[in-house]
Amino acid sequence: MMKKSRRSFLKVAGIAAIGLGAAPAMNFAASGSNGTALAVKSKNENVLFAHRWGMVIDTNKITDEVVENIVAACHKAHNVPDFNHKVDEEKFPGTRPVNHKQEVKWIWEEHFQYAFPDKEDEFLAEKFHDLPFLVTCNHCKNAPCVKACPTQATFKREDGIVLMDFHRCIGCRFCMAACPYGARSFNFRDPRPFVEEINPDFPTRSKGVVEKCNLCAERLAKGEQPHCVEASEGAILVGDLEDPESEVRALLNENYTIRRKQSLGTEPSVYYVM
Amino acid sequence: MLEIAIKGSKNYWLWIVFLLAVMGAGAVVYIDQFMNGLMITNMSRDVSFGFYIANFTFLVGVAAGGVMVVIPYYLHDYEKFHRITILGEFLAVASLVMCLLFVLVDVGQPTRLLNVWLYPSVKSVLFWDTLVLNGYLGLNIIIGWKVLEAERNQVEPPLWTKPLIYISIPFAIGIHTVTAYLYCGLPGRGYWLTAILAPRFLASAFAAGPAFLIILCYIIKKFTKFDPGWEAIQTLSKIVCWAIIANLFFFLCEVFVVYYSNIPGHLAHMQYLLFGYHGYHALVPWMWTGIILMITGAVFLVIPQLRDNKTMLPFTCAMIFIGAWIDKGLGMISGGFVPSPLHHVTEYAPSGKEIIITLAVYATGFLILTILFKLATQVKEEVRG
Repeated sequence: MMKKSRRSFLKVAGIAAIGLGAAPAMNFAASGSNGTALAVKSKNENVLFAHRWGMVIDTNKITDEVVENIVAACHKAHNVPDFNHKVDEEKFPGTRPVNHKQEVKWIWEEHFQYAFPDKEDEFLAEKFHDLPFLVTCNHCKNAPCVKACPTQATFKREDGIVLMDFHRCIGCRFCMAACPYGARSFNFRDPRPFVEEINPDFPTRSKGVVEKCNLCAERLAKGEQPHCVEASEGAILVGDLEDPESEVRALLNENYTIRRKQSLGTEPSVYYVM
Repeated sequence: MLEIAIKGSKNYWLWIVFLLAVMGAGAVVYIDQFMNGLMITNMSRDVSFGFYIANFTFLVGVAAGGVMVVIPYYLHDYEKFHRITILGEFLAVASLVMCLLFVLVDVGQPTRLLNVWLYPSVKSVLFWDTLVLNGYLGLNIIIGWKVLEAERNQVEPPLWTKPLIYISIPFAIGIHTVTAYLYCGLPGRGYWLTAILAPRFLASAFAAGPAFLIILCYIIKKFTKFDPGWEAIQTLSKIVCWAIIANLFFFLCEVFVVYYSNIPGHLAHMQYLLFGYHGYHALVPWMWTGIILMITGAVFLVIPQLRDNKTMLPFTCAMIFIGAWIDKGLGMISGGFVPSPLHHVTEYAPSGKEIIITLAVYATGFLILTILFKLATQVKEEVRG
């Protein structure tokens, strides 16, 4: 099963690699030449493309229930361990107790003053106080984690998605110190005993590597929307920030939006409609 | 020359066996960490660097501190340092080996460590840090060995060692500057985001390194027939004095900027370290102990009568060394992570296993230091004898 999931991951990665570089039209043109024919054969016709992927979260539509569904959908699909999951003693004998401070998460809920600590306000409107805010990787335009990584295990695709190569990461955690959003998690231990049901379409991680949200690059490559978008009941939208005609740009035009820690100059690609 | 290391007194061997035992205990615990991951440490999602990286940072300073004997001797022909220059260089070697070991035990996938050089990333400060650290280590091994060998054979050191010695000086400044840049270039960490971090690192390095060297000189004088010379020690103590005062001054500048500007993202960390933050204050007693040790040490060194007191000096140096270790080892790294970028507070203290591995790395360093210092002192005894 492991072997299969790995192969399909490589396939997806290959598709993604083709999809990112050039516009679909150019790929089509290239398919005639022998050199790339093999790779293009496996390319998905429906691949979603953007010059710079961005996400808009409508905070008015986010409820506790929606948050729960989104987090569950994302973490389940990406084999993110849940330290509250009861370990199957037969399959993983002798698993040591967990330290919840060492948890792994890709997308989660925070209160306003934690999601936006620089916007802390004594007299903040009460409705914001207990509102759930979803936070995740911002896929920054100027990503400090990409700069910090000494092996290019964290890298930025041309379409703006900040991705990770779990097999190259040496686990130095410099990226975690560099990220101003706390978006990254380190596998302090083997995560597999804490994955309830392994999704064979996505790789599991080994101990000792960092991970984070990948904006469902594996799904965009197949022409599908990210898991969080699907589970969000219309609260989350992803699209091309650089395309003035895109749906996300329309939302940004019509609404007052904020981003996390804008003053740092990282240019986050996740917007919050207030 | 290495044959010197295998001939020693009973006490010498007892010390070696003790160090090997500590190393062995650390190795056993490290196997656990290697098999099960860094879960055996108390590091967390919020405090992702801990005791290993803190000690790494401190020891880079001790290594760089060696340059405080190299500069006067080689650039200013300060003859009094003739006998101790080699000790400074060998202290740098032992410290750097410990630094590299701390990096090794800190990474999650140690078998992939070479990826840093297989996929060089010029924008990553960590990449440059590995280059300067290994470069400075190589330089000190070559220089120290060649100069000592020449002394033993009573000839001049080969001419090509001269340029290497001169290159080693900017390298020494470089290792600690680049190590400071690891932290001070990160946009979301208010405690480290300060241009004075590298100067502050250097000041504390130039205090801690020579302070430790003075203590080592006392130990050498007690256990060998080699006398490093009281005048050299006196000069070193003046270097320690001004360096620790500079370090305290830089810290004061930091405190002023943080508190007077009152910017929360910068203030929170200092507040956590000095007075506690939202009811969390694990490091407060440590920080004040460190500050008091450094201030008292500085006062004892400024007053000539106290500085020249032969019995008191090693204790003053120990105060400064420990104070600098608390400031840099305990406060500097944890302080940067508490509170987290989302302003949650997760406190950190090393786990027992983390401490054992740390002690084993120190034991390895001391083993190397013992052997190298034995070579150096014995050769110098022979030559004089």
